[in-house]
Amino acid sequence: MIVAELKPISEIRNMLDRYSSILVVGCDSCVAECAAGGHRETMLLAAALKLSYGKDDKSPVITEACLDRQCVDDFINRIADQVPEHEVILSLGCGAGVQALARVYTDKPIIPALDTLFIGETQMRGVWQENCLGCGQCKLGYFGAVCPVTRCSKKLMNGPCGGSKGGRCEVDNDILCGWDMIIQRLQALGELDRLSEYVPPVDWSTSHSGGPRRVVREDQKP
Amino acid sequence: MKTESRLEKVISAGHFAVTAECGPPKGSDVSVLEQKSKHLKGIVDAVNVTDNQTAIVRMSSVAACAILKQMGIEPVLQMVTRDRNRIALQSDLFGAYALGIRNVLCLTGDHQTFGNQKAAVGVFDLDSIQLVKTVRDMREQGKIIGGEDIQGPPKMFIGAAENPFADPVSWRVVRLAKKIEAGVDFIQTQCIFNLGRFEEFIGQARDMGLTDKVSILAGITPLKGVGMARYMATKVAGMDIPEDVIKRMSGVAKENQADEGIRIAVETIQRVREIKGVAGIHLMAIEWEHKVPEILKAAGLAERPQV
Repeated sequence: MIVAELKPISEIRNMLDRYSSILVVGCDSCVAECAAGGHRETMLLAAALKLSYGKDDKSPVITEACLDRQCVDDFINRIADQVPEHEVILSLGCGAGVQALARVYTDKPIIPALDTLFIGETQMRGVWQENCLGCGQCKLGYFGAVCPVTRCSKKLMNGPCGGSKGGRCEVDNDILCGWDMIIQRLQALGELDRLSEYVPPVDWSTSHSGGPRRVVREDQKP
Repeated sequence: MKTESRLEKVISAGHFAVTAECGPPKGSDVSVLEQKSKHLKGIVDAVNVTDNQTAIVRMSSVAACAILKQMGIEPVLQMVTRDRNRIALQSDLFGAYALGIRNVLCLTGDHQTFGNQKAAVGVFDLDSIQLVKTVRDMREQGKIIGGEDIQGPPKMFIGAAENPFADPVSWRVVRLAKKIEAGVDFIQTQCIFNLGRFEEFIGQARDMGLTDKVSILAGITPLKGVGMARYMATKVAGMDIPEDVIKRMSGVAKENQADEGIRIAVETIQRVREIKGVAGIHLMAIEWEHKVPEILKAAGLAERPQV
């Protein structure tokens, strides 16, 4: 899923202050799972904004809405009636949600309330871990299902650098060394032999280096 | 001979090789290089020029190598994959060779968050082993990545680094074997303070027949004082300074600590010379280049071979 975090209210206010009616739109998918932009967070943000404006003796219209998914037209269309009544949409979707709203509601400014961070997993309540960079050529099968592109701070493909110490990364002691994890896991699986072969340079053209990516499948089109 | 490198000549003639290190200035002041080179010219077989070490912006290593070359010093061009993609790396290899540079040390580089440009993008298009293979394919096949021919291929003597003190321990010789497979000719190791672990590493490499395939230069760094020892032990990535070394440094008066640091360095050089499979030393006297002649004299390595 996509993991995101709420921006500081001051930054949101900086972008919003020129408008007098705001439609706050949450997304009940990924960003709900990471407690940043779901139904609950949408209510909380709307309340926090009212409080913040109140302190400045301002009272813009603030309306809440929450979509099941902010990146799919079928859901986006469900706020079509509310959009014209507001000057701006404040989106609690990820970057994809914000841009999908902008594509559908062409005449409306869309302001992001979140910083979109990464593709990751919920490791436990309150802990989310980045583990996929979407490089477009999944090689997890060769690396014990630990991604060297994402979990190694230097994207190394041929083993750990000289900064790996006690299973930790040189960048920050709180970061686990991806290569240490790869080696431990393959060792446990009895598949360490997978690492002895030289891995040639990665073809980054399937990643964002090839430009913004797009999947078109004729069999899925209406 | 694979190359025109002087360092290769020294090593393949069976001499115990001595390389040193020179960090370029944080700017364009050539006089810094002139000063440093005075203490190194004719004293060592080759001089590594660091590539924005610890991710701090300095004069480019290609430029500084070319300047040292003009001063009569054999440079070893350090190249990290942190800052340049494969287009820039290969282009700089062409340029470096055209400027007379014959040795290259392929590194990944310290992460950019260590330096003074913490907001920089980390490129890491290639890793150090892929860079080794790139330089080898230029030399052996005259081709760039992807297989296109080169007009006048660079024929570099190829080095890489290895850190016997990093984890996981079992992996370090496997990585060394991978570097050899990729085409490395010589290895310069991380600074050695933990001799026991270094001996263990060389022993494993010897058992796997790796010391016959690659020339290992043992990394030596003289400590200037106990403060430096503590700083390196805790703040520098991949460093292993055992407690007894720190104790030995703190056991002498402050004004004598520099001499003690040099004594430790000299003793370490003498110890590694005795280890079978060590082809030389790489002396990293960080911002202390003027001490290099004194250290080498004390270690009995003042005379450099004429090749």
